[in-house]
This record gives sequence, structure tokens and C-alpha cells, in this order.
Amino acid sequence: MIRDLSYIDVLYLIAAMRWTLALTAIAFLGGGLVGIVVALLRTANWAPLRWLGAIYVHGVQGTPLLAWLFVFFFGLSIVGITVSPWLAAAAAYSIYAGAFLGEIWRGCLQAIARTQWEAGASLGLSTAQQLRYVIVPQAVRIAIPPTVGFLVQLIKNTSLAAVIGFVELTREGQLTTATTFRPFTVYLIVAALYFALCFPLTRWSRRLEGRLHVAR
Amino acid sequence: MTYSFQFRDVFAAWEFLLDGLTLTLLLSAVGMVAGLTIGAAGAAIRVYGGPWPRRIVSGYVEAIRNTPLIVQLFLVFFGLPGLGIKFDAETAAMLTLSVNLGAYTTEILRAGLEAIPKSQLEAGRSLGLSGWQVFRHVVFFPALKVIYPALASQLVLLMLATSVVSQISAQDLFHAASIIQSRTFRDFEVYAVVAVAYLALALIFRAFFAVLHHLLFARR
Amino acid sequence: MSLVELSNVVKRFGALTVLDEASLSVEQGEIVAIIGRSGSGKSTLLRCVNGLEAIQSGRIVVDGTVVNEPGTDLRALRQRVGIVFQSFNLFPHLSVERNITLAPRVVKHMPASDARALALAVLRKVGLEEKIDAWPDQLSGGQQQRVAIARSLAMSPHLMLFDEITSALDPELVGEVLKVLEEMAREGMTMMLVTHEMGFARRVAHRVVFMHKGKVWEQGRAAETLAKPNTPELETFLASVLH
Repeated sequence: MIRDLSYIDVLYLIAAMRWTLALTAIAFLGGGLVGIVVALLRTANWAPLRWLGAIYVHGVQGTPLLAWLFVFFFGLSIVGITVSPWLAAAAAYSIYAGAFLGEIWRGCLQAIARTQWEAGASLGLSTAQQLRYVIVPQAVRIAIPPTVGFLVQLIKNTSLAAVIGFVELTREGQLTTATTFRPFTVYLIVAALYFALCFPLTRWSRRLEGRLHVAR
Repeated sequence: MTYSFQFRDVFAAWEFLLDGLTLTLLLSAVGMVAGLTIGAAGAAIRVYGGPWPRRIVSGYVEAIRNTPLIVQLFLVFFGLPGLGIKFDAETAAMLTLSVNLGAYTTEILRAGLEAIPKSQLEAGRSLGLSGWQVFRHVVFFPALKVIYPALASQLVLLMLATSVVSQISAQDLFHAASIIQSRTFRDFEVYAVVAVAYLALALIFRAFFAVLHHLLFARR
Repeated sequence: MSLVELSNVVKRFGALTVLDEASLSVEQGEIVAIIGRSGSGKSTLLRCVNGLEAIQSGRIVVDGTVVNEPGTDLRALRQRVGIVFQSFNLFPHLSVERNITLAPRVVKHMPASDARALALAVLRKVGLEEKIDAWPDQLSGGQQQRVAIARSLAMSPHLMLFDEITSALDPELVGEVLKVLEEMAREGMTMMLVTHEMGFARRVAHRVVFMHKGKVWEQGRAAETLAKPNTPELETFLASVLH
């Protein structure tokens, strides 16, 4: 049944953004937890831990996100877990985001001068205390702009979840196209909605970065 | 666990994989060349152009960088025919990937140009070099060196991103996976094999860029 | 027993031998100035004392603790050995008070009110009481270095190490930092200091140690050693820094 594109369709598209945002939030939380572990592994004193971190990062950054989505979508059912697109997407995006966030945060940890660790150690602070009171508070400040920048990547990449049937903005666009047969208009609106989400974040990230440079 | 893994059927379809690999490599190569060309032009305009050309390039860069590749692809492949502009899947894929990468490389190359201190340009001009000569002898190599790592990463990301073209049925490596999947019903195995194939490609690309880096910069 | 005892310490960075069988002991209450060219190993020697550098062979005993043994509790040792660095190394994200009270609070679990009183007390010693609520980047280099000294003093150390603490300062700020050291000397603090300030070494140090090629090349009472060096190497060195 083909009908014309109406403002209701546009409202549906706008409403579908909530699933894009929800998936982004899940991916960011899951990826953030993985990312903390990755960043700590990559900066560990013990070399095998660093190798483990490096293998993870290069493995994930060397494969398409699309492949992770399919592997989880089809793979989890093999081990007896009933897979909803939600679960597959949450797992795939956490793994994917974890590698990228881990690398970003590793860079921030390593940007803090070694002398700051030494100053902490010389006062009798344990390694964990040095991290908690000296290194992380400084690293967080420089981590915010690139983390916000990655958030933009994440929002855009949630569009790939459409391919395993996860109904978010892009999938809703496909469905709308199928009923209205106005692909150009529909995808233009979809693109504009993504832009509306991403562009302010891009600007914000850039402003934060600029402020950081001025502060130094 | 009762499932037994079965890779034989997957590998039996190696011809599909090989065909797909060919298109993936072709898309990557075309995307890189075209994307870098667009990026070079874009960066030159961003840095040296007049206010309006600058604004237009910056609009292009922001529009591409703040929307998903898959939506851009759908817009070109499914949307443009509505305006009477029709491409086959492979052409649409090449076009979209080039325009997409062009926006990212514009930003990277611009950063490279801006990383060269003004004093270097002044030193070049003071020696009587022309604008082009300053660019060619003073700016180009140091700028390339600064941005090389970011550029190399972006190109590897592009190669991985080509997998998205399978969603408009371009016959790339990832699409080959879905064909094999529909014939063998070995869902997990197919995608695992393809994931490993992409990983191998990514490693080869990285190795290539590392060697190129060595050739370009080792003696400078 | 000496407070610090280094015996035949060897330290290598890759193929480079930085400390070559260096031996030195420091008594309770003594002030030892360590001098020498850059690359002579003097800073490395100092950093070995609180275990910031691991050594390849030899033995280091500080305040009854063998520093370079696998089981050594370096944290416990470092609470008793303060160190001040050339580049201050204040924590830029913490106020002066928090810089000083961080270790007393998280290592020694001191209550907040006591910690503030402690911060005021040590800041008084370095003459910067009024800066307790300032931030590091609001202070001059000399003031930052004095806060760094106060931060170490807050842990009530038995021994203080100073690693070229005036080298990064503008000449006009050196005096205020050295004055703090002289005050600490009067109070009987045991100090080891790597320094280029020969006048200061002569005036304040009990003993001067000249490092050369990773060894303790010559040492003796400050005024005599600086006035009448025994080795040609020290003589050359003194000639080059005094002119």
C-alpha cells in the first residue's frame, strides 16, 4: 500500500530518534566500562597485560562494526541465548565503543607527565591512589573533548543496527520509504535529524578543545 | 553446547568471497584516490580560499561528518533516482565513499596545513620562493608527516566502512557473506570468517602504510 | 648506623652505565651537597635513595629499610623520605592546600580539620601561609617550589632529597627558595641536595660530594673541598662553574 508522505511520518521519524539515543546511551555505558578496562590494560606495567589490551584494540578496530553486529546476532543463539536485536546490538556496540574509548582514554592517561606519577609515589601514595587522586582527575579534563567527539561517531554508527532489524531512526526511515515510496525526501529528513543530533555535539567538542588549548 | 561449528560449506563458497574481496579492494582504492583528491581540494579552499568557497566547503564537511554513511548511501542509491539520477549499486557506492572520505580528509589535510608555523612560510618567502615553491618545498612534506598517522587510520576505517555498501546490494566481501549465509545457513561461521578476512585486510593495510611511512620519512 | 647507606650501587639505562659502583653514606642531621657535571649520575643517585630508580646491583639502606629488595614496602619508606624536584611537580588540578594535604589525608588518614592546620603550619615554614587557597598556576616558580617543599614537609620526613630545585627558576627567585632550605638546615633536617649553587653548598652543606663518571669521585667538608680540591677532575669542574 503506497500512500503519500505526511507530517505524521515525520513525527514517527522524530520519535524513532529516541531509540537511536537509547542505543547510543547503552553503547556508551557498556563501551565506557570496557574502555576503562582497556585503557588500564594498555597502560599496565606488566607487558602481557599491555599485549592483551593491544590485541583487543587492534582486533576490534580492524573489523567492521557490521561484522560484530552479525556475529552477535547469529552467534549468541548458538550458545543458547535468545537474541533480540537489542541484546546483539548492546553487545556489539559495547565491544566496538570499548576499543575506541579505551584508546582515547589511554592517550589521555599517557598525556599526563610521568613526573606527576613520581610526585604521587614520592609522597607514599599507592598506584591506585596515584591514579585516583593525581592522574585521573587531570586525564578526565583532557578526555572530555575527544570523548564527546566519539559520541558523534557512536550516534552515527547506531544507524548500522538497522541491518539486524533494530528499529531506530535509519530503520524507521527504511520502513517509511517502503510505505510512502518517497526515498529522497525521507532519507533527507533522516539525514537532517542525525545532523541535528550530531552537529551541536561536534561544535561543543570543538569548543571544549579550544578552551583546553587556551588554558595551557 | 550442542551446536557443532561447520566451516567447510563456507570455504566451499570461496569464489563468492574472492569476488566480494575484489570489489572491496576496488572500492577502497577508488575511495582513497578520489577521497584524497577531494580532500586536497577541500583543504586548499579551506585554508587559502575566499570566504564563500570556504563556507561552502565547511558546509560540505559538516554535512558529511554529522550524518551516517549508510544514510548517505541510501540517499544516493534510493533517493536520487526519484530526481531522475540513477546509478547502479557499485557506482553509487564508489561515489558515496569518495564524497564521504573527502570530507574527513579535508579536515585532516587542513589540520596538516595549519600545523606548519607561519615563520616557516615567511622563511621560504624571504628566500625568494614563489607561493607554489613554498608549498612544494617547505609545507608539503612536514605537513604530510604531521597528519600521516591520522590519514592512515582514516583510510583503514574507510576500507572497513566499505562493508556498508552490502546494504545496497553492491557485491562486496560483506555481501558475499550474506549470499553464502542464505545458501548454507551457517550464519555464525560465515560472519566469523568474513570478520577475520577484514581483520587480515586491515593488518595488510596497516603494514602497507607503515612501509610507506618508512619510505617517505625515514631519511628526513 | 648511618641514615643513608649506599654501597657499590650500579645503575644502567640500557647500555649506558649511569652509576658505577657508587658508595655514599649520610648521617642523621647531616647536610650533603652533591655536585658534578650533567650526566655524572648525581640526580640518579638521589632518585635511587627513595626507590624511584631500580638498581642493577649494590645495596641501599635508608632509615633502616633496604630499598632495593623485592619485598620492600617503598610506600612506607617514601612517607619518611621527602623529595623535591627541579620542575616542582605540583598537582595542577589541586589547590595549594589540597596539594599539601593529599598525602596526609589519603595515606595517613588525617581528618580534614587537622590537615588544614598542618597545611598552614608547613606553609608558615616556607613563608606562604596566605597562599593556602591559591592554585599552582597562580604562583611564581619560586612560590611553587616552596609549596612543593611544604608538601614534602607535611609528611614529617626523616630525610629530604632536593633534585636541582633551583635550576628551573629565574635567577631572582632562587634566593627565596634557598632561604627556606637554610631554615630547614637550622632545624636539623637531614638533607641530600643535588645543586649547582656552589656558594650555597659552601655556606650550608656540611659535606660536598663530587660525582664523576657515575662514581663518588671526591668528597669532604664543604668549605675545604671546594677551596682545595684533591682531584684534577673536581678542580676542572669547579673552574668551569665558578667562571
